[in-house]
Amino acid sequence: MDVEPFRLSGTVYGTLLNHRTALAAFEGKMTLPPYNAPPRAPVLYLKPRNTLAAGGDTVEVPAAGAGATAELEAAACLGIVIGRTACNLSEAVALDHVAGFLIVNDVSIPHPDYYRPSVRYKARDGFCPLGPRVTARALVANPDALAIRTHVDGVLVQTMSTADLIRSVARLLADVTEFMTLAPGDVLAAGAAAPAPRVRAGQTVAMEADALGVLTNRFAGGA
Amino acid sequence: MMRARVAYGGALHEATPAGGGGEANLRLADGRVLAEDQVIWLPPFEVGTVIALGLNYADHARELAFNSQEEPLVFLKGPGTLLGHRGATRRPAEVRFMHYECELAVIIGRRAQRVARAQAMQHVAGYCIANDYAVRDYLENWYRPNMRAKNRDGATVLGPWLVDAGDLKDPANLELRTFVNGQLTQRGNTRDLIFDIPYLIEYLSSFMTLTAGDVILTGTPQGVSNVMPGDEIACEIDGLGRLVNTIVGDAAFGRRGDAKSCASNI
Repeated sequence: MDVEPFRLSGTVYGTLLNHRTALAAFEGKMTLPPYNAPPRAPVLYLKPRNTLAAGGDTVEVPAAGAGATAELEAAACLGIVIGRTACNLSEAVALDHVAGFLIVNDVSIPHPDYYRPSVRYKARDGFCPLGPRVTARALVANPDALAIRTHVDGVLVQTMSTADLIRSVARLLADVTEFMTLAPGDVLAAGAAAPAPRVRAGQTVAMEADALGVLTNRFAGGA
Repeated sequence: MMRARVAYGGALHEATPAGGGGEANLRLADGRVLAEDQVIWLPPFEVGTVIALGLNYADHARELAFNSQEEPLVFLKGPGTLLGHRGATRRPAEVRFMHYECELAVIIGRRAQRVARAQAMQHVAGYCIANDYAVRDYLENWYRPNMRAKNRDGATVLGPWLVDAGDLKDPANLELRTFVNGQLTQRGNTRDLIFDIPYLIEYLSSFMTLTAGDVILTGTPQGVSNVMPGDEIACEIDGLGRLVNTIVGDAAFGRRGDAKSCASNI
């Protein structure tokens, strides 16, 4: 089913530490340097246009060494697709500005330090497959109770539920649009679970959720 | 050549400086000559990925008590933060420290993938001035600098002109100046960049393909200071003109001026 805005803008934001398990992974470290305090407002990052890929595209795994590893993280996220300009929304109306949802495979080079990580961990070419299509909001009964299952070479390796998000979809939109207007076609990935599944060259990742379909990408060794 | 994108009379136009070597007037491609304040100035090119550098001047790094770095501190910005010349940027009433950052912006003109330093400058279309505001109250120690501090609506000002690369003799020796209400507050020179333009293109293109319209904001020198509603901020760079911006309060944007519950979770 096609929904407005019919095409994505190409702007994709991700949300850090918005899943209970992701936050739990920093248990005990949040109040210590260099972090000193838990995050207060949503912490976002951008997946630039060179990272965007579709289902079926191959993700290039960089050669190990020089700060890269042979394994990548493939983190399943619920992608919120904006349908109407979203500025300073209240939680009550936030979902009215959503066109639909898709799956975001947020690929990263693993990095334990979240203080000021290099952009090259998340912004490499092809590191953001998303799809397989935009599913209209009306077809998703409850975006806050959606399971996304990640399979690597056919083996189920992770089930993440949006029921475990710290900020729900509506709450996240309200808090993000307080300082940042989102435009039709923008995608906001609502947060990944930890630990993210690890993937090596030669493996295939399939992420699927009821109503959203299956996003499949092969990972291959880089030149 | 210097080019601007402006809105006037119900349409978008390309404009060039008109007459006398000054920049007070501009000429639309259709021949009309207008005063600077008759048009709405947009960022002077179709902006792609916005790549910004933190702490890329030694003096500014010292100002923020930051030590030496192994690789450039790069962060990315989205399209909602962009603003043209003579626009207004909101300062939330609750904050104590919001500051400008005058920066040389390098606009990519040709696809760059794994480009070596020696060829890097061939991928530059031109340059403009950037004023990359920060609200330091909102800085958090997770994925610094976080977007609430550095990617706010209307807080990345670009313009007024896109100046062709060929027209700028030496981008590695340009003075930058910022004036707050006419008073000089910030001064630096692009020769003091820690990571210079060819290096940044080589570094970035080693992992992310740059395409035409992508822009690199190369960082700011020392001299940042707090700005308040009503202040006029003018950033100048040799050969690129003068980029003006005004700070406004919450009321101009229909905000009540108190923080929402945004910063209270977990």
